[in-house]
Amino acid sequence: MLAVGFAKNRPAIIALAIVLVVFGVMPLIGSSYQVSIANEILIFALLAMSIDVLAGYSGRTSLGHGAIFGASTYVVIYWTSVMGGSPLVAIVLGVLVAVLVAAVFGLLASRVSGVYFLLLTLALGMIVWGVALRWTSVSGGENGLRGVGRPEWLTNPIVFFYVCLVTVVVMSAVIWRFVQSPFGLTLRGIRDSESRMSSLGYGCATHMFIAFTVTGFFAGVAGALYALFNNFVSPSTVQLSQSVEGLLMAILGGIGTLFGAFIGAAAIILLENFVSQYTARWPMVLGFMFIATMIFAPEGVLGAFRRIFRINKKL
Amino acid sequence: MASLNFIQLLNGLTFASLLFIVASGFTLIFGLLRIVNLAHGALYLFGGYIGYSVVAATGNFFFGVLASMLCVAVMGLLLDEGLLRFVRGFELRQVLLTLGVAFVLNDLALVIWGGDTFSVPVPETLRGATKIFGSYYPKYRLLVLFLGVAVFVALWLILNRTRLGALIRAGVDDAEMVEAMGINIRRVFLVTFMLGASLAGLGGVVGGAFLTLYPTADSEILVFSLAVVIIGGRGSLVGAAVGSLLVGLLNIIGQVVFPELAYFVIFGPMAAILAFRPLGLFGRAA
Repeated sequence: MLAVGFAKNRPAIIALAIVLVVFGVMPLIGSSYQVSIANEILIFALLAMSIDVLAGYSGRTSLGHGAIFGASTYVVIYWTSVMGGSPLVAIVLGVLVAVLVAAVFGLLASRVSGVYFLLLTLALGMIVWGVALRWTSVSGGENGLRGVGRPEWLTNPIVFFYVCLVTVVVMSAVIWRFVQSPFGLTLRGIRDSESRMSSLGYGCATHMFIAFTVTGFFAGVAGALYALFNNFVSPSTVQLSQSVEGLLMAILGGIGTLFGAFIGAAAIILLENFVSQYTARWPMVLGFMFIATMIFAPEGVLGAFRRIFRINKKL
Repeated sequence: MASLNFIQLLNGLTFASLLFIVASGFTLIFGLLRIVNLAHGALYLFGGYIGYSVVAATGNFFFGVLASMLCVAVMGLLLDEGLLRFVRGFELRQVLLTLGVAFVLNDLALVIWGGDTFSVPVPETLRGATKIFGSYYPKYRLLVLFLGVAVFVALWLILNRTRLGALIRAGVDDAEMVEAMGINIRRVFLVTFMLGASLAGLGGVVGGAFLTLYPTADSEILVFSLAVVIIGGRGSLVGAAVGSLLVGLLNIIGQVVFPELAYFVIFGPMAAILAFRPLGLFGRAA
């Protein structure tokens, strides 16, 4: 029984073990700057995985997850700094709000697919951004909100890094279980043929709604971690480029590979930090990368590897 | 709670008119070519900036409009022939590619024109206010109102009364058949793409004169255009008009009643319409 479970989950166990080892030794060998970059990679990998559950396993490309992520960040910072509440409650509230936002998005978007889904999630995400920008009395408008810092026991960046690592790895395992579950299989069925699944009696819209809400939970956890990590939130946290970066990470890592998100996130964040040293033109670089990816490697880095690997197998 | 007065109603209508000019180009490309051009907002912004530069240099508003429409149409040409040709037939890749283009263009605009706010200068004769139904209202905004109506009529006539319009409609229904009749359908689609893009350019100059131009203006107009198309339905001219009116008026109501949450107010009707008609008021399944 255990052996069967291991065989079925082997890719996940291996991938997460690699993540644990690679990221686990980071604080031992890296500088504090490198640790903070690794920390950012972990957080955004979780966001990218939440997008991949929809894009890779449900066939729905979302451009609204950056807004869900950012909503959680806003709530956490608002609760701790403006309301003076405890960080733990803040995190719970942040994730709750993210799930709520995702549920509203999902309720509206669950009946459409393809380009319409993309447009709708884009518009919904932009509304969150518009509210963050204009609702100055709460969100601080363009100035954003500054947090009060992490709680005492998390102030040490290395401790915080390990807390993030454990959280993200546990979440990844949960996401893996989620997409491998009968529910996840149904999602894949809907991705491949919606009409077939609905004629088999599956409620496609309901499944999509639940899937969207669940991914909102993961994006919310990532957003809450980001609030503790960054200690600052402004409309740029909920803007479109956040969703776009998350999606690009998922695509570069390979849509439907789930753990490819770690590679995608690492590639984007390392590049962003590298480019930012020389020029302020990161949005342009991001745009060009997006264009190039769409033309040359829509299946992503891992996807391309996989393709080559499969060809070799056949030979 | 403030109530809506006549002037604010007119403000809503003129905004709706601008929205229609921008969104009609978007819906035209979306409906006929099946391309969702997320760079449409960036084209609007570019058009506005180009118009501003030309008007500032020549002092002629009309030249600004012309230059902007031409430049943006050429940008549309480059976008379609230079980039989109590589991903033809892949709907999602097309959309995401135009999103990348939007990022590049937005950043490029920031490099060229900087982060300051510009306002396209309005011609002398259109400055000041005029009396309409007993209250004073800026002349320029009334012109925008008429321009929106004129664009609607012109597009309707092109689509329904000209050979090009007939070709476009035929191409939408069965592109292969039109090709078989010896017509270069790609060229027809290209012309449509450039026409749609030039409408974004027109919107940029016209809107830049009363909404001003700034680095995030492209995202804002894109959200509104998306809302219009989601409400009105893909590719429908009438849908774009109805959607623009709804979004424009609701936006004004939102700004008057809940100034900080104006964005939320468009969200309501969008949600309601989606619940009953997922493809929009006038949308048809592909």
